[in-house]
Amino acid sequence: MLEIFDVYLAEAIISGILLGGVLALLALGLNLIFGVIDVTWICYAELIMLGMYALYYFYSVYGLPMWVAAPACIALVAVLGLLLHYIVIEPLLDAAPINQLLATGGVLFFLQSFATVAFGIDFRNLGIRLPVLALGEMHFSYARLLAFGAALAGMVIVYLFMTRTYIGTAIRAISQDRQIMALMGVDTKRLYLVTSAIGGALAGLAACLLVLQYDVHPFVGLSFGPITFLICVLGGLGNFIGGFVAAFLFAQIISLGGLYSDLEWGYVLAFAFFIVMMFIRPAGLLARRP
Amino acid sequence: MNPRHLAYWIAAAVLVGLPVVYNQPYHLHVMVLILIWSFAYTSWSVMGRFGLVSLGHGGFMGVGAYVTALLWNHFGLTPWVGIPVALVCAGLLALIVAYPCFRFRITGHYFALVTLALSGIVLQVITATRNQTGGSLGYTPERTKGNAIAALQFVDKETWYLIALGVWALGIAIWYWIDRSMIRYAMEAISEDEDAAAAAGINVTLEKLKITVLSAVMTALAGALYCQYQMFISPDTVSGISVSLQMVFAAVVGGIYVAFGPTVGAVITILLAEGLRIGFGTKAVGWDNLVYGVLLVVFIIFLPKGILGSLLARMKPSGKH
Repeated sequence: MLEIFDVYLAEAIISGILLGGVLALLALGLNLIFGVIDVTWICYAELIMLGMYALYYFYSVYGLPMWVAAPACIALVAVLGLLLHYIVIEPLLDAAPINQLLATGGVLFFLQSFATVAFGIDFRNLGIRLPVLALGEMHFSYARLLAFGAALAGMVIVYLFMTRTYIGTAIRAISQDRQIMALMGVDTKRLYLVTSAIGGALAGLAACLLVLQYDVHPFVGLSFGPITFLICVLGGLGNFIGGFVAAFLFAQIISLGGLYSDLEWGYVLAFAFFIVMMFIRPAGLLARRP
Repeated sequence: MNPRHLAYWIAAAVLVGLPVVYNQPYHLHVMVLILIWSFAYTSWSVMGRFGLVSLGHGGFMGVGAYVTALLWNHFGLTPWVGIPVALVCAGLLALIVAYPCFRFRITGHYFALVTLALSGIVLQVITATRNQTGGSLGYTPERTKGNAIAALQFVDKETWYLIALGVWALGIAIWYWIDRSMIRYAMEAISEDEDAAAAAGINVTLEKLKITVLSAVMTALAGALYCQYQMFISPDTVSGISVSLQMVFAAVVGGIYVAFGPTVGAVITILLAEGLRIGFGTKAVGWDNLVYGVLLVVFIIFLPKGILGSLLARMKPSGKH
C-alpha cells in the first residue's frame, strides 16, 4: 500500500515540475511586459487562447505541417501583442495604472466573445495523441515533456536575447529607469513595441505547447490566466527569477493538492497560499524586506 | 423645498407607483434585474471611486448568494436570518483579505490582483464542493410550501420590483452618505498620497477597511437578493472573475464618480444584452460581450469619467473638473 502511494507521490511531484515549466513560461511573458512597460495585460491568457485556435486552424483545418504551423502561430500572436500595445496601451501610457489594467480587461471581454462568435463554443483539439512514457510505474505524456523542454528552451532564448543583444540591453535598461532612457536618446516607443512583440511571441509559444495537452474553447483563458497573474505577483511583478521560482512552487501545490483531493482543491490551496504569501512577502518572494 | 428636491420626490413617486399602472411581467423583470445589478455596481463604486479597484467583488456576491441559499436548503434557515449571516460572512472575508493588504500597503495593480485571487478562490471552492453547492451546474433554493414572506420568495414581479427599488435606493443613499462624510475626504486624501494622508493624522488602514467592508457587505446583499429573485444561481452568474469584471465595466461606463453612474451603466449594459438577445436570439451569443469589451476600452481611453460623469461635467463647466 505504502509503495503504491509513494509512486503516486513521485508522479505528482514530477508532474508538478513539468507543469511548472509551462507556468514559468506563461509568467515570463507577463513579467517581461510588466517589467519593461509597467502595464499588466489582464488579457494575456486570451492572447494564448487565440494562439491555440490559430494552431488548431493552421494544423488541423488547413493541414499545414507542424514546423510551419507553430512558427506561424507564434508570429501571429506576436503581431497581436504588438497591436494590443499600439492600439490600447500606447494612448494610456500616461493614464493611471488601474485604467491600463481595466482597458486590457475590456480586451479580455472582447477577445473571449470574439472567439465565441468566430469559432463557436465547441471544444476543439488537434487530434494528436502523443505517446505516454512509462518510467517504472509512473506515466508521463510526451506532450508534457515536450512542453517542459520547449518552455525551458524559450526561457533560455529570451535570457540570451536580453543579455547578449543590444536591444535586449536597452530593454533591461529601460525597465530600470524609464525617464532617463528617453533623455539618453533611446526611442522608448520602439523598445515598447519590440517588448510587446516578444511578450506576444512567448504567449504564442505557450499556446503551441498548451494546445498539445488541452482542448481549446473561448473560455480556456480563464482556467490558467488567473494562475499566471498570481505567479507573477507572488514572484514580484517584473521579477523574472521570482516568477520562475513561484511558478514551480505553485505547480507543486496544485499537483500535490490534486493528488490528495480534487484538482479544484489544488487550485484553492494554491490561491490560499498566494494570499498568505502576499502578507508575508507583499513585494514578492525574493524581495528584500523594506 | 427647492426644485431639485422636488424633482427627486417626483421621480421617487413615479418609480414606486410604476407597477400599479404598468405591470407587463417581462418589462418588470428587466427592471428588477437592472435595479439589483445597479445596486451591485453602486456597491463596487463605493470603493472603486477612491482608486481601490477590486476584482474580487464577484467573490463577495457569490458568498452572499450561496451562503443564503445553502442555509435555507440545508438548515431550513429563513433568508431573514440567512441574509444577515451571509453579509457577516462577506464582511469577514473582506476583512481577512483586506486588512493585511492595507496593513502592508498593497495598492494599485497588486491590490487588483490579490482581489482577483479572492474571486478565483470563491469560484473554485463553489466548484469543488459540488456535493453541497451543485458545482458549476448551479444551485436552486427549494421552493417554500409555507409562508412566502418567511421564505422571502414571491411569485409576483411587483413585490420584487418594490424590494429591489428599496434596496437600490438604499445603495444610492449610502453613496450620498459617504459623499458627505469625513470618510470621503480621508479616502480622497489617501488615494492622492498615502504617506501625506497618514502624516495628516488619517488612519489609512482603518479608513480603507471601513469602505472595503461596507462595499463587500453591500455586494453580498446584491448577491443574496439576486439568488432569492432568480431562484437559481451558478458560479458563472454570481461569482468568479467575469462577474467581477462585469461590475467594473458597467460602473466605469456609467461613471464611478457620480451617484447614478453605476445605475446608468447597469441600464445600458442590461438593455444592450436583452436587446441583442431578443433581436438576434441564440445567434447573438457573445455579441453583447464583444460590444462591452470594445466599449470598455474606448471609454477608458476617451471618456474615463463615464457617460453620466462626462454629461454632468459638461453641464456645469464651472465645476471643479
